[in-house]
Amino acid sequence: MSKSNLVTDAAAEFKGRATKKQKLQAVLHKYPWVSSAVVLVFAIFIFSFGNENFLTPNNLSLILQQTAVIGAIAAGQTLIILTAGIDLSCGAIAIFASMVMAKTAFVNGWPGWAAFMLGIAVGTGAGAFNGWLITKINLPPFIVTLGTYNVFSALTLFYATGRTIMDKELEPFFLYLGNPIPLGEFRITYGVLLVIVMYLILAFSLRYTGWGRHVYAVGDDIEAARLAGIQVKRVLMSVYVTAGFIFAVTSWVIIGRVAAASPNSGSNLNLDSITAVVIGGTSLFGGRGAIFGSLIGAVIVGVFRNGLTLAGVDLYYQTFAVGVLIITAVSIDQWIRKAGV
Amino acid sequence: MSKLVAPVLEAKNLVKTYGRVVAIDGSDLQLFPGEILAVVGDNGAGKSTMIKCLSGAETPDSGVMELDGKPTTFRRQKDSRDAGIETVYQTLAVSPALDIAANLYLGREIRKKGPLGSIFRMLDNSGMKKSAKEHITALGIGTIQNMSQAVETLSGGQRQAVAVARAAAFGQKVIIMDEPTAALGVRESGQVLKLIQSLRARGLPVILISHNMPQVFEVADRIHIQRLGKRIAVVTPKSHTMNEVVAVMTGALILDVKDQTLGPVR
Ligand SMILES: Nc1ncnc2c1ncn2[C@@H]1O[C@H](COP(=O)(O)OP(=O)(O)OP(=O)(O)O)[C@@H](O)[C@H]1O
Ligand SMILES: [Mg+2]
Repeated sequence: MSKSNLVTDAAAEFKGRATKKQKLQAVLHKYPWVSSAVVLVFAIFIFSFGNENFLTPNNLSLILQQTAVIGAIAAGQTLIILTAGIDLSCGAIAIFASMVMAKTAFVNGWPGWAAFMLGIAVGTGAGAFNGWLITKINLPPFIVTLGTYNVFSALTLFYATGRTIMDKELEPFFLYLGNPIPLGEFRITYGVLLVIVMYLILAFSLRYTGWGRHVYAVGDDIEAARLAGIQVKRVLMSVYVTAGFIFAVTSWVIIGRVAAASPNSGSNLNLDSITAVVIGGTSLFGGRGAIFGSLIGAVIVGVFRNGLTLAGVDLYYQTFAVGVLIITAVSIDQWIRKAGV
Repeated sequence: MSKLVAPVLEAKNLVKTYGRVVAIDGSDLQLFPGEILAVVGDNGAGKSTMIKCLSGAETPDSGVMELDGKPTTFRRQKDSRDAGIETVYQTLAVSPALDIAANLYLGREIRKKGPLGSIFRMLDNSGMKKSAKEHITALGIGTIQNMSQAVETLSGGQRQAVAVARAAAFGQKVIIMDEPTAALGVRESGQVLKLIQSLRARGLPVILISHNMPQVFEVADRIHIQRLGKRIAVVTPKSHTMNEVVAVMTGALILDVKDQTLGPVR
């Protein structure tokens, strides 16, 4: 051993001794979304025995449509959770932006694209406001977004005067995302396609750009990132602004999906998006996870709800099952994190 | 050391408080071209705070800093880095979940050439891995083979080696190291000391904070002694013994900074 080498020696020794359990732990540590993908495949397998209608193109299309909205919100939520933050106001931002779009178009007679742009600006601005409170006033994300969740919800009700705008009143532009793309027996809507494209762009940015690397570094250890010369506040701000933009785009998906804009909808979006992110293997402690995991997480929740419904299981038990999923996902995350120490 | 040369980096009367804690209390520091300046002092003497001010990681409450004789203010860490100052922090400032190459290039990532880099902003990961490996190998701290290994899977000493390699690789003007050998074994400590000496040979001045007196006496040109937030003396390994330095550091001896003669505690 002339070229004695501490690292490789130690690594070789480790490999030699690693049990199956440790190897699994190491794989999951590197690819945290793997366990959720396994759960998804397993769930689809089981539910396909529960009801013959489950594995039909019709039903699978329905699941995708049902999960598109949560999936879209979860994309923005993932960015924030990767920085060790949390956004409790995401659903409120999306609904606020959807009401702005629908009301300026219907009540004020704006052309569809102009109303859409205003809605996007409002949603992005709302995200920027969260980011400003977090980076400039130095408040914890949980508190900031708990506060702005109430503020944005109140503003929505105030602005919409409690009124739902139905599809006949809406411009076709807003309903566009609800249209299906003809793909054999599948009815994938443009909304679903938009969400998938959004995930592809985010996955690319997180994985291959310096910005993505900085997002992970800030979530991993914010002080280390700062001392390594990363402008952490700028990174955090960019994340909250991007997330606000994503939530605003989601409002378009929402209108297309339910063919209406209602100030009272979407109260469960806030927590459901966190559920999707957590089940998708992204760590609530930040710095670890993959964005596609969140899409898988959203689909898992959709598959569970749909599969259990088809199997004739009560809603209570469905909710119970989702609860068990969350706790299992976080337990796996804790277990995986041990591999790193 | 001849005082005819102008210092590369100079701090005058720096003060930094954290709430009611006075971390540095009117401290000075001078670093001359091509020298190794050791900074010693008891725990809590304000050594780390001092170098954090010099590297822009903290902003001093008052006092001035000069780089090449020009007044300078670093508002963030990146400012000092852009000025060619590289720092190994006591806390290492490495990101545990990122791999070695990513850590080496953290905050100064290199993009791919051509439109992939300029339009799509893609990082040149293979290029960064390759040169990361060269830098780590150059350090001679066991050849850490796999640049894709997450830093959290390294031992404490190996992590320290990554932080030291990072500073050595990118330092252009000044290199600051806050206890760079604290977690290292005997052989690895020797390697880092050799590295520090080779940096000096390249003409780069180094500030070395250390509690290890034999190491300090081995490499330092001058020794800056910090006590209770102030620089209380500057000596050289030739002019004073280890015991004297320790005595000054702990307050058992008082040394007049100007004529540097020893005197008993009054
Ligand atoms: N972020 C901070 N917040 C509050 N107090 C701090 C902070 N950083 C340092 N201090 C205080 O400032 C003083 C000097 O700390 P500093 O870390 O500079 O000491 P040091 O000389 O580097 O000590 P050591 O040899 O233990 O590393 C200490 O009393 C410490 O408690
Ligand atoms: Mg210190």
